[in-house]
Amino acid sequence: MAQLYSSVKPTPMLKDELDIVIPTIRNLDFLEMWRPFFEQYHLIIVQDGDPSKVINIPVGFDYELYNRNDINRILGPKASCISFKDSACRCFGYMVSKKKYIYTIDDDCFVAKDPTGKEINALEQHIKNLLSPSTPHFFNTLYDPYRDGADFVRGYPFSMREGAITAVSHGLWLNIPDYDAPTQLVKPLEKNSRKFDLPLRLPILYVDAVMTIPKGTLFPMCGMNLAFDRELIGPAMYFGLMGDGQPIGRYDDMWAGWCVKVICDHMGWGVKTGLPYIWHSKASNPFVNLKKEYNGIFWQEEAIPFFQSVTLPKECTSVQQCYLELAKLVREKLGKVDPYFITLATGMVTWIEAWEELNSAEGTEAEAPNGKNE
Amino acid sequence: MSLAEINKNEVDIVIGALNADLTQFLTSWGPFFSGFHLIVVKDPELKEELNIPEGFDVDVYSKTDMEKVVGASNSTMFSGYSCRYFGYLVSKKKYIVSIDDDCVPAKDPKGFLVDAVTQHVINLENPATPLFFNTLYDPYCEGADFVRGYPFSLRSGVPCAASCGLWLNLADLDAPTQALKTEKRNTAYVDAVMTVPAKAMLPISGINIAFNRELVGPALVPALRLAGEGKVRWETLEDVWCGMCLKHISDHLGYGVKTGLPYVWRNERGDAVESLRKKWEGMKLMEKSVPFFDSLKLPETALKVEDCVIELAKAVKEQLGSDDPAFTQAADAMVKWVQLWNSVNSSA
Repeated sequence: MAQLYSSVKPTPMLKDELDIVIPTIRNLDFLEMWRPFFEQYHLIIVQDGDPSKVINIPVGFDYELYNRNDINRILGPKASCISFKDSACRCFGYMVSKKKYIYTIDDDCFVAKDPTGKEINALEQHIKNLLSPSTPHFFNTLYDPYRDGADFVRGYPFSMREGAITAVSHGLWLNIPDYDAPTQLVKPLEKNSRKFDLPLRLPILYVDAVMTIPKGTLFPMCGMNLAFDRELIGPAMYFGLMGDGQPIGRYDDMWAGWCVKVICDHMGWGVKTGLPYIWHSKASNPFVNLKKEYNGIFWQEEAIPFFQSVTLPKECTSVQQCYLELAKLVREKLGKVDPYFITLATGMVTWIEAWEELNSAEGTEAEAPNGKNE
Repeated sequence: MSLAEINKNEVDIVIGALNADLTQFLTSWGPFFSGFHLIVVKDPELKEELNIPEGFDVDVYSKTDMEKVVGASNSTMFSGYSCRYFGYLVSKKKYIVSIDDDCVPAKDPKGFLVDAVTQHVINLENPATPLFFNTLYDPYCEGADFVRGYPFSLRSGVPCAASCGLWLNLADLDAPTQALKTEKRNTAYVDAVMTVPAKAMLPISGINIAFNRELVGPALVPALRLAGEGKVRWETLEDVWCGMCLKHISDHLGYGVKTGLPYVWRNERGDAVESLRKKWEGMKLMEKSVPFFDSLKLPETALKVEDCVIELAKAVKEQLGSDDPAFTQAADAMVKWVQLWNSVNSSA
């Protein structure tokens, strides 16, 4: 019964089981606002861009920091799979983490408030989402039935009420929504709110729901406010080859999301979306974004039918096997669209090799000379 | 899209009367039903005369009217909650909005009464997006849009076949769930409309629903009848079965089904514990239905809604008929329904 997951009991903090991965190129001042919620967790900072720049981290946080030099040192030639000059480099943080869960957040995301004015503990909500089951096989019209106050509706098959294990919790954003460049250009002033106070709707678009994305359905996964079970789906969370030297940017999380969803569907795991909200403060330059996304806008028209029609053989029983099979199919089918996909497929294989190396029992421990324990 | 843009002439509001006294119901909905044509269909098993207040543009159908149109033997198809389907049959409008007679308008978090009729029509008039999930839900509403990564080729959406609304106060829970939590009330107002993705199954509730009759009318089938089906929602599954058929056919034809707003406020009716005493065969039937719909593929040649219903009925009979007589009866009812639909609507 859904009531087993009621949050009458406090949500466990999981402070020894969860790492917070943050890519950054500038500074981490935003952590001050998150301090009450993040201070007890271990942070993995992945510094993109110029490795000689010193990133200031507010006092009191326990972290390890990796810059490009560290990535090259730790991975050697396999470092080629980690993007440079793109926040896609964050997936290096997933690889070196030793924890069961990851929460990743962008450095321009702040604590949001719910409609009552209360500050939202995004991390706690993600944990609730991950620790309660998903319902990918049958849609519940009252959304997540395991949330307090919700339940399964009449007609929901009883055999499916135990749900599936939750692999991913995809959070959303208030203020600046995650729009692509063309949309940003067309709607420069819009924030994630209603302009007019229609009697039917609230002025701020706060949708108080968590739901499971049904099996067989793809979605655009945004990496700004994302949590996942690393032990389960980590190897599929490769954020691809973006940024410097690559013909595409701002599709890192999208790529990971399509791969992750196909694999979760194959393995019978769930992906949730909805709460929690964070406050996204910075709208990036739409003209810069357009240049980065340009190829992606065309290529996604090919990539999406590809992912929608992929079937993974039942012999693929581990995430790594699924991912390598996907890489093979990407090379075969999408390689014809553009040679970029062949490079990407190679990157996908390299990623798995690197993941295995760092995460096997005999694997080398990643040394982070820039870490601090306070 | 606003109130001013709704064409009331395109809408019929169909109410199945399981209660004789519709005064409170119609009075509370008065402001939102005003200007619309109403079809009230009386449950043929209801003995008392209906009490309908003045001031509504309404056509009322009772058992004798039904028998004139469909014949005496077929009027049993429209008993209990299924009486509303007779209203769908005889309507001449593009859109149908149907609400159970124990529901009144809900209030949104700002305290405004929710105009469920207008919201349903807005949902139906705007495209649906079943082929790719938009994480900001309905991209066509004010203040939202398609997110980064949503393929441009899919942004014009597809026609919306149905709009499934929700319920505050008494949610549409089954008897065991409500009996276990007798005090439980739904207070969460989730301010969103979204399209249920293609291939995803869901339990569609008939309590608060609207659909495009011109597009998918024949797919709203009054078919699955539980033995000992009662006059409370806990003792029925007709809408859930109808919804499974509707969703499957919509997916096949490339239409969308939306869920979410509007909310209605649902009141006390019946006793969940009492309903539990009845042998709850609905549970068994759902368990059998799910794998059937999951693996079902309608033939590519089924391009019209009526053909889809016939093919679906055939498959039900072949694959589920031996499991339970309720399925055979449902299959027969679906075929009969298409015949009635064609005969009533061609003579129009």
